[in-house]
Amino acid sequence: MNKSKTYKPQFLLLAFLLILCFFVNISFGSVNIPFKDIFSGLFGTIDNSSWQVIITDFRLPKAITAILVGSGLGISGLLMQTLFRNPLAGPFVLGISSGASLGVALVILGSGLFGGLFAAALTSKWSIVIAASLGSFIILLAVLAVSSRVRDTMAILIIGLMFGSITAAVVSVLSFFSSAEQLQQYIFWGFGSLSNLSWSELLIFAGIYLAGLLLSILSIKGLNSLLLGDNYAKSLGLNLKQNRLIIIIATSLIAGTITAFAGPIAFIGLAIPHLTRQIFTTSNHKILLPAVCIFGAIVMLICDSIAQIPGSDYVLPINAITALVGAPVVIWLLVRQRKMIF
Amino acid sequence: MKENKSNIILKTENLSIGYKTKKKEIVVVSNINVELQQGQLIGLVGANGIGKSTLLRTLIKVQPSLSGSILLNGIDLKQTTTQELAKRLSIVLTEQLTSKNLSVYELVALGRHPYTNWIGNLSQKDTQKVDEAINLVNISELKDKKCFELSDGQLQKVMIARALAQDTDIIVLDEPTTHLDMYHKAYILKLLQRLTKETGKTILFSSHEIDLAIQLCDTMLVMTNDTIICDQPCNLIKKGVFNSLFPKDMIAFDTKTGSFKITQ
Repeated sequence: MNKSKTYKPQFLLLAFLLILCFFVNISFGSVNIPFKDIFSGLFGTIDNSSWQVIITDFRLPKAITAILVGSGLGISGLLMQTLFRNPLAGPFVLGISSGASLGVALVILGSGLFGGLFAAALTSKWSIVIAASLGSFIILLAVLAVSSRVRDTMAILIIGLMFGSITAAVVSVLSFFSSAEQLQQYIFWGFGSLSNLSWSELLIFAGIYLAGLLLSILSIKGLNSLLLGDNYAKSLGLNLKQNRLIIIIATSLIAGTITAFAGPIAFIGLAIPHLTRQIFTTSNHKILLPAVCIFGAIVMLICDSIAQIPGSDYVLPINAITALVGAPVVIWLLVRQRKMIF
Repeated sequence: MKENKSNIILKTENLSIGYKTKKKEIVVVSNINVELQQGQLIGLVGANGIGKSTLLRTLIKVQPSLSGSILLNGIDLKQTTTQELAKRLSIVLTEQLTSKNLSVYELVALGRHPYTNWIGNLSQKDTQKVDEAINLVNISELKDKKCFELSDGQLQKVMIARALAQDTDIIVLDEPTTHLDMYHKAYILKLLQRLTKETGKTILFSSHEIDLAIQLCDTMLVMTNDTIICDQPCNLIKKGVFNSLFPKDMIAFDTKTGSFKITQ
């Protein structure tokens, strides 16, 4: 769109950082594997067979999950911020995560209500994934249905928060009637986790993610005209309703599956688009979308590397790390620039 | 005016505008019959709250009409799709842009959206039209600036360039001179006049600058409580239309100077 300015240097730097973070992430873990063996491990030519298993079955899927989660949350945050014309918007604020939480709570905590054998089937990974996706999609549709009646953007945010409160209340009621075991399972899901994904699960995750990504790419043009406001976008021939629906389906596919597979990961969805705008100083989605994608992946890989606490056996909840590391960075950037670019 | 009927760009037939609620219709103005000629600068004036914005919003299909029809190039607006309309009618509104983080060039280029491919890449013709629009409005020195760096007057010029880049027969502007100082009010309206002459486009704008509009417009639409009068400014002065525009206790229209004076 902009003929005078290209963003090649920034993209090259980001790509380089992504590759670097990817290898650093794989080399970190409770078992210390030398860096040169990591490379051979990735190509399956390592001598030590237990190291080989650690790399191909644990660290590599985890790193790929981190990339998908980081980039996906960044994209869905960007889509929501443009659609709702609000820099505070993100999957977490607008109820996608709380919708997913409700779905998962119903399955994990409510499984006691269905009883016995049925419960075992319900708490399988797939039912959690489906419940989370359905929950986030329904809550987002509800928020959108209500928000289409109000024009004030602040009102839309408050409506999103209200839906969040409602779902939180339902979750509280459910947890009141659940066993300690179920509760613990639900709380651990809430911490967020990038590990424990098998290759077949990762394949499904990546498939849905790619579908969402494709829809996001298709709506780039619409997103750019939405930067002018709804009426201008319509005057440029944009089908507002259809475009809105595509953006919401893309967001709920991406953010819903991420929340399903990796738990409700806070902060990334809100912060990555802002950080990217500060670096690239543009609102053009043709630049922002790929930039947010790569940048989100980098930040998630870094956060995951920190969560491993190199050299120790502990793994901190990823949800805590993203905010602990990221929030100060966002504050620092905003204070330094004295102005938020939106 | 009947003789050059082919040059009519926009025409309303028994148009009635207003708002529909569940219980009743609130009619703002009814029986509007106006014809807008191609290549003219047309000013829409009237007191606050008389329904200027409602009329413009109806004409640009942002809100539905209550009854009657609007013909754009002889085709009923109701039968025109959003995509087709985008190639015939462009707008400049009073509402704030959602994002001001776009460069001026990017913003003007957004005007080419009805013509670009699925991802919005500019073809050679598109960049040519964008450059043309930027040159017509004389903002080439602002091209690489961000919109948040611009003054209100500059931003208004950029928005006009964006509408020009959309390459439509008619451009509708809702109060393009609000928030501007006296110089820039005159500047913008003069610019609009020049654009109608140089591009042959029809430009319809609403404004409170009645004296400026009288001097610059080819045709004026004067909105009063019950009707809309459409004529050349000098005829409107002769008919004394402007006198009926406002209550007479404060200001009165002076036919000699073509402006309003405070009454004692």
